[in-house]
Amino acid sequence: MTMLPEPSAIKLGLVIDLDICVGCQACVVNCKEWNTSGYGAPLADSDAYGESPTGAWLNRVHAYEAGDGANSRTVHFPKSCLHCEEAPCVTVCPTGASFKRAEDGIVLVNEDWCIGCGLCAWSCPYGARELDPAEGVMKKCTLCVDRIYNDNLPQEDQVPACVRTCPTNARHFGDLGDPNSEVSQMVAARSGMDLMPEQGTKPVNKYLPPRPRRAADEAPVSLVAMAEADTPTGFWKWVDSALDRLG
Amino acid sequence: MRPAWSIIFFTTMSGLGLGLAGWIILGLLPLMTPASVMGVGIATLTLIGAGLISSTFHLGHPERAWRALSQWRSSWLSREGVLAVIVMVGLAAWFLAAYGGLRVPFWANLVLLVLLYVTVYATSMIYASLKTVARWHHPLTPVCYLMFAAAGGLLATLALLAILRLPITAALAQAAIVLMLSAWGVKLAWWRLAGMAQHAGSIESATGLGQLGAVRPLMPPHTEENYLQHEMGFVVARKHADKLRMIALALGGGLPVLVLLLAPASAGALAVAVLAHVAGMFVERWLFFAEAKHVVTLYYGEAA
Ligand code: SF4
Ligand code: SF4
Ligand code: SF4
Repeated sequence: MTMLPEPSAIKLGLVIDLDICVGCQACVVNCKEWNTSGYGAPLADSDAYGESPTGAWLNRVHAYEAGDGANSRTVHFPKSCLHCEEAPCVTVCPTGASFKRAEDGIVLVNEDWCIGCGLCAWSCPYGARELDPAEGVMKKCTLCVDRIYNDNLPQEDQVPACVRTCPTNARHFGDLGDPNSEVSQMVAARSGMDLMPEQGTKPVNKYLPPRPRRAADEAPVSLVAMAEADTPTGFWKWVDSALDRLG
Repeated sequence: MRPAWSIIFFTTMSGLGLGLAGWIILGLLPLMTPASVMGVGIATLTLIGAGLISSTFHLGHPERAWRALSQWRSSWLSREGVLAVIVMVGLAAWFLAAYGGLRVPFWANLVLLVLLYVTVYATSMIYASLKTVARWHHPLTPVCYLMFAAAGGLLATLALLAILRLPITAALAQAAIVLMLSAWGVKLAWWRLAGMAQHAGSIESATGLGQLGAVRPLMPPHTEENYLQHEMGFVVARKHADKLRMIALALGGGLPVLVLLLAPASAGALAVAVLAHVAGMFVERWLFFAEAKHVVTLYYGEAA
C-alpha cells in the first residue's frame, strides 16, 4: 500500500555540507557505477556514444553563484533523493511500487511492480526520480540500501557509495531520527536546513549552509609573509647571526 | 511539462464519452429502436474505452497496468482507474437494460450519473493534486474538466439525436449554448487565475542559499539535456500560447456555438461542431500540459 507509514524512529539519510563540496562529481560517478552494477535493473543510458547522449542518474551536482561583489561565492550543490517524511512520490503512486520503509524511512521503488507512469517524478519537487530509458521503470536513490545492510562488505564500505567516495567528506550518512547521532549533531551545530520547506515534504536529508565569510575588513592574507618565519630558529638562527656579524 | 499525446487523447476522449453518457442517462436520448440504443451505447463506451486504453501508451510497462487499480486509498490515478472500470461496467449494464426494454430505477440512474462525474473529477485531480505544478494545483482545474465534460457531452448528444433523426427542442439547443459558453468562461478564468499561479519558492529558497544574496545558476549538472529538463522544462508552447488559446477557443467553443445558433437540427453541421470541439479540446489540453511549469525548473534557473 502506498499509504505512508507512521514516522519511523530511525530516519536514515544524508547530510550534505555545502561549505565543503568542491563539485568534483565523484559521488555522481560512483552512484552511477554502484547502481548500474548492483541492485535492480542497470541504470541505463540512451544514445551513449551518439549525438545527444542522455541517461538516468540518481544524484547530480549543480553549481550556483550566490551573493554579489566581494561576498559572492560559488556553491556546489549535490542533490539526490531526500527520503522525505511526507513523500508525495509515494502517495501518488497508483501501483504501490513506490514505498517508504516503516523501519528506517528509506523510500524505494519495487521495479517489478512499477508501470513507468512517471507520476511520482512529477510529484517530487526536487527532481530526484527518473524513468530508466531502457527498462521503463522509475529509478531513484536507494540510499544504497544494498550496501548499508550488507555484511559481506567490510565495515567501512557499509555506507552509501556517494558518501564513501567523496574525497572532501562533504556527504555524511546516519540516523537523523536520533538526536545524538553524529549527523544530527552536525545539523544542530551548523543550522542544517530543508530544501523547499514550503512544499511540505519534510525531507530527512539536511543541507549544511556555507559557513559565513571572514569579516570583509580583516586584512587580506599575505602568502609572502606566511612563508617568512619572524624569528629564525636553530641552524637558520646561526646562519642569520653569522651573516649579520659578517656585514 | 511535456505534453504526451496519449494523455491528451485520454483526457479529451474519456471526458467527452463520460459527458455524453451522463446526458443519455439523464433521459435526453429518447430510446427509440433497440438498434439505435446499441449504436449509442457502443459509441459511448468506445469513446471512454479508447481514452483509457490510450492512457496506457505512455507507460513503461503497459502489461502491468492492472496494478494501477490497487492504490485507490491514496492515489488519484488509481482512483480514476477504479472508477472508470466501475463506470464502464455500469454503463454496459445500463445500455443492455435499455436495449432489453427494462426500466432502470431512478436511484440507479442517479448513482451512475454521480459516478460518471466523480470519474471526471478523479482525472482532473491527478493534475490538480500536484503541488509541484502551481498552475494545475488550483481549485478551478477540476471545474474546467467537469464543465467541459458536461458541455462537450451535451453537444455530442445533440449530434446523436440529429443523426438518429430525433427531434431537438429549442430549449435543448439553448442549454447546450449556455453550457458551452460557461465552460469556456471557466477556462478563461482558469487561464487568468491558475495561469498566473506562481510557485511559493524561488531559486534562493529552493537552494536555501538566499541568505548569501541573489543566486544564479553557474553550471548545469550535465552537458546534455537530462530527463528532468526534457519532462518538466518543456517550453515550445509558451511562445505561441496566445495564438493557440485563440485557436482552442474558436474551434472548441466558437464554432460549436455558431452551429447551435444557426443550424441546431442539422446532423451534418452538428457532426462538424463535435469534431471542431474535439480539435479545440486537443489544443486546450496540449496547452494545459505544455504551459505548465514544474517547480524543479527552479534548480535549472527558471523563474518561478
Ligand atoms: S526527494 Fe522526491 S523522490 Fe525522494 S522522497 Fe522526497 S519526493 Fe520522493
Ligand atoms: S512510475 Fe512507477 S513508481 Fe512512479 S508512480 Fe508510476 S508506478 Fe509508481
Ligand atoms: S545513497 Fe547511493 S543511490 Fe543515493 S545518491 Fe548516494 S550513491 Fe546514489
